[in-house]
Amino acid sequence: MPPSIPASATTDPARAGAVRAAGFWADTLRRVVRTRAAVVGALIVGAFVAVALVGPMLAPYDPLKGRLAERLQAPGAAHWLGTDELGRDILSRILYGARITIQIQVAAVTLALAIGTALGLAAGYGGRWADLVIMRFMDILMAFPGIFLALAIIAALGTGLVNVVMAAGIYLVPQFARVVRASVLTLKEMEFVQAARALGHGDVAIVLRYLLPNSLAPIIVQTSLRMATVLLTASGLSFLGLGVQPPAPEWGALLSNARSYMITAPHVATMPGLAIMLVVLGFNLLGDGLRDSLDPRLRQ
Amino acid sequence: MITYIARRLLLLVPVLLGVSVASFGLLQLVPGDPAIVLAGQEATEDVLAQIRHEYGLDQPRPIQFVIYLRNALRGDLGISIQSRQPVATLIAQRFPFTLRLAFLAILVSAALGVVAGVVAATHRNSVLDLAALLGSLVGISMPIFWLGLLAMLLFSVRLQWLPAGGSGTLAHLVLPAVVLGASSSAVIARMTRASMLEVLRQDYTRTARAKGVDERHVVYRHALKNAMIPILTVFGLEFGYNLGGAVLTETVFSLPGIGRLVVEGIFARDYPVVQGAMLVVATTFVLVNLLTDIAYAALDPRIRYD
Repeated sequence: MPPSIPASATTDPARAGAVRAAGFWADTLRRVVRTRAAVVGALIVGAFVAVALVGPMLAPYDPLKGRLAERLQAPGAAHWLGTDELGRDILSRILYGARITIQIQVAAVTLALAIGTALGLAAGYGGRWADLVIMRFMDILMAFPGIFLALAIIAALGTGLVNVVMAAGIYLVPQFARVVRASVLTLKEMEFVQAARALGHGDVAIVLRYLLPNSLAPIIVQTSLRMATVLLTASGLSFLGLGVQPPAPEWGALLSNARSYMITAPHVATMPGLAIMLVVLGFNLLGDGLRDSLDPRLRQ
Repeated sequence: MITYIARRLLLLVPVLLGVSVASFGLLQLVPGDPAIVLAGQEATEDVLAQIRHEYGLDQPRPIQFVIYLRNALRGDLGISIQSRQPVATLIAQRFPFTLRLAFLAILVSAALGVVAGVVAATHRNSVLDLAALLGSLVGISMPIFWLGLLAMLLFSVRLQWLPAGGSGTLAHLVLPAVVLGASSSAVIARMTRASMLEVLRQDYTRTARAKGVDERHVVYRHALKNAMIPILTVFGLEFGYNLGGAVLTETVFSLPGIGRLVVEGIFARDYPVVQGAMLVVATTFVLVNLLTDIAYAALDPRIRYD
């Protein structure tokens, strides 16, 4: 592994130091802005979950059936966000799409969380060889930059909802593994863990009762931030035509034909992307806010 | 330092081996007989037998892998099913374009990100700082393909300043490079701000100020120079992510890069092309990361590796 600069240097120590150096008012201002940002993030995420739950009831039209006579209509009274190339109501498609999106996000993050946490615990606590083997394996996964790993998985497994979940989930396994491993490496040298061992607790008990609960803060932060990453990956795959297949109203898929109608119907390209961006922004804001409030090393 | 480089090179071996196992395994994971996958459904038994022999599919798997690896090391990545051209040739045609695009994107994001980060750090808690914070949040939350579509809508369709797609001139690369660099510039801005704040409260910065050095000189000569060291490593990582992002950017702007090659390869079930491209891209990414880490170690004598 490289001396893992990015994770530490991008956020934690520098920001912690910055807060310490700041004056009281500057500190307060920043804190208010950050808290408010986290609240905005939580509101966006909450609204998104609500839309995913009740969206289909609110949708004015069938998301799959369009009227060709009404194709590519600009936003107006009948179709608030306009219609697409098959005359389908874009608002209805976005509302239905929220449900697909949240399913992919929850499934993929759960997959990454489960595998990544297990591997991270094993690497951090399992001794030198387990660490070496697991982290080298993670290096291999991380050698495929960005969406390439997801593309490789799609190439092997094929397209469709389940395979998108696999692709987006496996892509994130190393992220969780690294965070959990780092946390375990710090924790296992601490006195309370040493004490537990001295008291005769077994390895399994130490991992489950001391290491895992104390690693929850970074895991929760990662979970929120990775909900954002999954959405970007999955919608990217669908945009390429390699993710969730038409006519399903997945948000990235809604944009995949937009280019052809750029001149005549620019509204096709704008709204679904805005939905993706808002939800990603919400999870990022929430994740940043959670990091500030949950991570005791950052609390001054 | 030399020990560090040697150790890193040694660690590279299992990773690159793993990468080649992964790209070799891609074909094995595809359901069905690999020979039929390679030759197509209509292939006759004679053709299948020939394919099996040509690709060593009549051999046991470990031997197949050794053959694959040996060929790859010689620069032979197989023959494209679709175009019947050597995969290495196709990659040689497409990859330089993507490298150039990713490089331009890094230049754009370095310029934007470092400036925004320095301004944010030197005007802490001001409106400018807040604007940089919000800007970088939006930057990392933006789906790259949507940003591409919006940029195309504004600059190509409405304003007609820049071409909407295709390649050839530098003007064709402006929009793709800016779009691709946007999220990197957000990351670099955040990183620069944090790194600058860290350096600005160091003793040597205080000393510089105490001896009466001009503030601008303090910021650009003393602080930024030292703050740049950790930022450099982000350039390497972001360059790699730009290779990934290029898949989407190339699709939006219909550019002839390796990302399009992979996507078209997946659609056409042209597995040798997909395998070869994955191998080349991953190897490039790993090497770029290695170079950045070595540069980092060389630039900052405080860093110790053991």
